[in-house]
Amino acid sequence: MAKTLHTLVVLVENKAGVLARVAGLFARRGFNIESLAVAPTPDERFSRITFVVDVASAPLDQVVKQLDKLINVVEIRQLPPAESVERELMVATVNASAAQRGEIMDLVRIFEARVLNVGPDHLMVSLSGSPGRVDDFEDLLRPYGIVELQRTGRIALPRLSRTTTPA
Amino acid sequence: MKLNGGQALMKSLELEGVDVLFGLPGGATLPLYDPLIDSSIRHILVRHEQGAGHMAEGYAHVTGRAGVALVTSGPGATNIVTPLCDAYMDSIPLVVITGQVPYAAIGTDAFQEADTTGITMSVTKHNFLVTEAQDIPQVIHDAFHIATTGRPGPVLVDIPKDIVDPNNPRSGLDWHEPDGHDLPGYNPATEVDPELIRRAADLIVAAERPVIYSGGGILKARAAEALRDLAELTEIHVVTTLMNRGGFPDDHPLCLGMPGMHGNYTAVTALQESDLLITLGARFDDRVTGKVDAFAPHAKIIHVDIDAAEIDKVRRADVGMRGDCRAVIEALVAELRGRSGLHTVDRSSWNQTISGWQERYPLTYEQSAPGEALKPQFVLEQLRDGTPDDTIVVSGVGQHQMWTSQWWKFNHPYTWVNSGGLGTMGFAVPAAIGAKVGRPDRMVWAVDGDGCWQMTSQELVTAAAERIPVKIAILNNAYLGMVRQWQEMFYDERYSEVYLSPDLPDYVGWSRAMGCEAFRVEDVDEVESVIAKANEIDDRPVVVEFRVESAEKVFPMVPSGRSNSDIVVDPSQQG
Repeated sequence: MAKTLHTLVVLVENKAGVLARVAGLFARRGFNIESLAVAPTPDERFSRITFVVDVASAPLDQVVKQLDKLINVVEIRQLPPAESVERELMVATVNASAAQRGEIMDLVRIFEARVLNVGPDHLMVSLSGSPGRVDDFEDLLRPYGIVELQRTGRIALPRLSRTTTPA
Repeated sequence: MKLNGGQALMKSLELEGVDVLFGLPGGATLPLYDPLIDSSIRHILVRHEQGAGHMAEGYAHVTGRAGVALVTSGPGATNIVTPLCDAYMDSIPLVVITGQVPYAAIGTDAFQEADTTGITMSVTKHNFLVTEAQDIPQVIHDAFHIATTGRPGPVLVDIPKDIVDPNNPRSGLDWHEPDGHDLPGYNPATEVDPELIRRAADLIVAAERPVIYSGGGILKARAAEALRDLAELTEIHVVTTLMNRGGFPDDHPLCLGMPGMHGNYTAVTALQESDLLITLGARFDDRVTGKVDAFAPHAKIIHVDIDAAEIDKVRRADVGMRGDCRAVIEALVAELRGRSGLHTVDRSSWNQTISGWQERYPLTYEQSAPGEALKPQFVLEQLRDGTPDDTIVVSGVGQHQMWTSQWWKFNHPYTWVNSGGLGTMGFAVPAAIGAKVGRPDRMVWAVDGDGCWQMTSQELVTAAAERIPVKIAILNNAYLGMVRQWQEMFYDERYSEVYLSPDLPDYVGWSRAMGCEAFRVEDVDEVESVIAKANEIDDRPVVVEFRVESAEKVFPMVPSGRSNSDIVVDPSQQG
């Protein structure tokens, strides 16, 4: 079945246990959270949580209303993927023998990724970009043998109006 | 002023106007119980923490103020989870204070440690783990604010022992009275939207078969009078859900009584056949709607609720309004008063249909022959007629609860106390004690089942010791009656594990051993006189055991998961 992904950006009070309260509302209904990113905001009283969930719209509306009831939740924004800019960071260690290294470096250049660490038989690379672009890069690295890989979960902001988007 | 955390807690509770605490001390609450000796707050020592929670609920039900319970860490806290969940489901304002192991010991699996805030997160409106003594005054102030405003609910405050222990330097604080709240994510206030009021009024004046579907939110919003104004102005009939019994008087000509699974035929069918449901502080609970897809299929919906999450949750509203029921109803009444043509739609045929149902399908039961066991409905009629009109009635959960709601006449708000959402067996005895503490001027009768009574009856020791003269009617049918009814109707009369025996325990002997007066009634002729005798006893609790017919069932009934159109009436009315 096709996924119906929704991005929710939730501003919460920066207090112990708040993430558990918020995540608990998804868990209670058996929704799996696809992606989650949390960080403090410039205002140290608050943190921002970005969720990506795979769920039909109607149940999501109910979860959003329930989230809004939580005392520590200050603001909720739903960001439709088409109307937002999403970013994610990936860090991966891949097998890179002397023979393979040139090919991997080509991919790094094409994707404007970065090399973070070089070992005799491995490269550690990082890429930040849209989730789809990070997926593509991961797919292309996989044949070389991915030793370890971590992704941050996505963060999002609403897309600016067309007229102000740089060409 | 220098105080320790325990002293600050007591002072904070006094500032909130708390006059009674229901609780049971333990290791982690020793420093909270010590300053209690010097406090003006009355403490009622329960026998089990579940009792403390339900007592606080009973108190809150009848007073509208937050009930407060104080229990220890670990098992004290886990024992009060059921009342927390009960209060959460029924929107009862509660503040529960739990002791916790010292802050440094949290997470070490210390003796009597439990992750209380974690355990109760999903059954409280909010909870707090206080980590600094200095925070106690503000947290208590916030806890009462959250519990009693907006959609009321239970709030738990977990307090580590070291920050309240006078022997620990961490417990010292400079006393300060809280100055307001800092809760940026909490906005309980609502404004009435005049445009929505106009749209609702449009639907009301145009409706041919309207019904007011009133729920517990009426009582929470102190909106009983406003509801009456609305009904009388519009001449629209009112159903009162299980949670709003008494919120509109049963003796009012526009009152249809309780809808739902065991509602009366007219209330159920009027909802089902209506073309407009004016839904006020009700939440389309499955016990009211039956099969949701088949519920009131022709009705447009006006839905008013203080909790935005209730709007469109179960049934999409044509006009959905987040708002305080009283404010919205008053605005609606003002708008409708200004309308010409308020009564231009002819509703006489709808009103005749309703009175036709009322005549054809009144609540009924077959009287027992002399020498046979009592009919529970008969006992309730006698109890109803033999007690003051404003008696507070408390029930447990099951057949007796439904019979009580059906056969009592609730003519005053805040006279009906029960566990509607969670359906907590064992609610009645402790809740009745709490109700009597909250309203000592009123007669309080609990109607309990034999199964329910055995769950929490030990709290009658509390009532006897504290001289709280509640009256308990046990309808002893020797069974877990509602389960028996379902086994009879839906499981081929295969009665699996529902028989309790009429004689074991000896209810009269047990009650007397707990310090109560107690009677057993087996004969129809004794019912009235024993009730009168019980009514006269005012210095201790009274338990009256009525031996009632085991096979008696609650009718009408909408079988679970079926449409309300499939309502099953009393066998004498079938066909």
